Amino acid sequence: MSSVLHAIVEPGFFGSAQVHAALAITGAAALLCGVIGVFTVVRGQSFAGHALSDINATGGSAAFLAGISPVWGYVAISVAAAGAMEAIGIDRRRGRDIATGIVLVVGFGLAALFLFWDTTLSGASNATNEVLFGSIWTLSPGTVPIVIALGAGAITLLAVIYRPLLLSSVSSELAAARGVSVRIVGALYLLALAAAVALTCVAIGAILSTGLLIGPAAGALHLSRRPWSAMASATAIALAASWLGILLAYDSYYWPPVGNGWPVSFFIVVLVFLFYAGARIRAARG
Amino acid sequence: MTQIAPVSADASPGTAPALAVEHVGAVLGGRQVLHDVSFALGAGELAGLIGSNGAGKTTLLRVILGLQAQSVGVVRIGGQAPGRRASGVGYVPQKFELDPDLPVRARDLVALGIDGNRFGIPLPSRRRRELVQAMLRAVDAERFADARVGELSGGEQQRVLIAHALIQRPRVLLLDEPLASLDLRSEHEVVALLARLAREQRIAVLISAHDVNPLLPAMDRVVYLAGGRAAVGRTDEVIRAEVLSELYGHHVDVLHLHGRVIVVAGPGGEQGSDLTLAHAHGTDLEVSP
Repeated sequence: MSSVLHAIVEPGFFGSAQVHAALAITGAAALLCGVIGVFTVVRGQSFAGHALSDINATGGSAAFLAGISPVWGYVAISVAAAGAMEAIGIDRRRGRDIATGIVLVVGFGLAALFLFWDTTLSGASNATNEVLFGSIWTLSPGTVPIVIALGAGAITLLAVIYRPLLLSSVSSELAAARGVSVRIVGALYLLALAAAVALTCVAIGAILSTGLLIGPAAGALHLSRRPWSAMASATAIALAASWLGILLAYDSYYWPPVGNGWPVSFFIVVLVFLFYAGARIRAARG
Repeated sequence: MTQIAPVSADASPGTAPALAVEHVGAVLGGRQVLHDVSFALGAGELAGLIGSNGAGKTTLLRVILGLQAQSVGVVRIGGQAPGRRASGVGYVPQKFELDPDLPVRARDLVALGIDGNRFGIPLPSRRRRELVQAMLRAVDAERFADARVGELSGGEQQRVLIAHALIQRPRVLLLDEPLASLDLRSEHEVVALLARLAREQRIAVLISAHDVNPLLPAMDRVVYLAGGRAAVGRTDEVIRAEVLSELYGHHVDVLHLHGRVIVVAGPGGEQGSDLTLAHAHGTDLEVSP
């Protein structure tokens, strides 16, 4: 039995503090993404969510420059960018896409400069890789409680606004007629989205974080007819992809080139994609 | 078909109409969209709000809902003083796109009509489930109650939206172009359903439409809007050449054909015409052989 287990799980996996931290962080990110991602996809805001993730490269690289934990950079830039999106008016599709695209490019420009300074001036030679593609093994232990608090806060916020958010995601007209303040609910949702994006950036980096936000939810919509079960399926997909991804990344230390693990984010996004494809195929077969 | 119990008629058994619109005017983007519109609807009455695109139909509905402020005039629901009235008015908005993969079943959308504005997560409740089931039954939507709303046909979606709007037992139900993009059969079914609900549940129903014909068999009254002004009364009082000519500000003819009504711009109607060609064509095309 133990030899079979060893073949799948390399020795030391369950005892490693780094693994524990990685499981906790991706767990929080997956839980939040499963819930909020369904709303993001239903509201047709996948591009906005993607832009919000990408622009975190600016926040992460600035945090490296300032010598603070990248988490704070992610949180600050996410909230600022979400505020900007709300001010522009995220529900007007065309204006939104143009404004989002332009702000995103400026953000990447700044990230290019900050990352250049990070690597040349402050000697953080791995900053580019960590910010863009994540570095869950090298996070400081203090990151875990911050991430869990953020995730719990955002989930609580979503539970509070659940019904008005669901109704206004179906139709803002219907919600307004029922007396829902569509704008306030939308702003609170964006705040929770900012937290979700910051978390996924910590887990798998700014470029790939959309994978965890959108992919599981998009797959879940093929499997579920009800809001609750869609969120449960999305969370299950996100959790399975994240934890399986961590396991594979851990195992990959023994794969060539031996002694250098493959990137965790690679495994996670590939698994998310496989789950998504599986869900589509299952739905197509009826 | 089982019907759900009618709203108790305890309040205002006297003369107060379910909906009273008094001298309402509205300005939208600097343009006067409604001028001095007045009419009243009693409980159980069904009225058509007829007019071409841009005549002010949606604006009037939004004023009644309280989503748009009028510049002058008053709207009263059940004789009450104007003010907070969102709960007294049910609303079915103009056709909107529902994605087929939206993870919301017909019954979920109806349930959101009960408490979609409230914070927190709804606890499972038997009373709530039964209320939703009764409402689905009342609009004859039990068959597709467990399908995703985005997968339903236009007529089925209208039934679900009507149930969503009615589950709070409002005194007034407003529908914005509910017949647009429905096939003839669903059109007929939706009108018959609305007439039945108005009668059985003693609610005032106001239906906006660009074509008066589908509503003719069911309508107690008509509110005919042109250029922001309204002519109000029974169908045979309002849909007449003299009345509509005065409303449009130029001569129009009203033709009767096999029980249908066609309103067309008369000679000399080209100058300052509020009657758009689209409107005349819209009614024209409805004529069946």
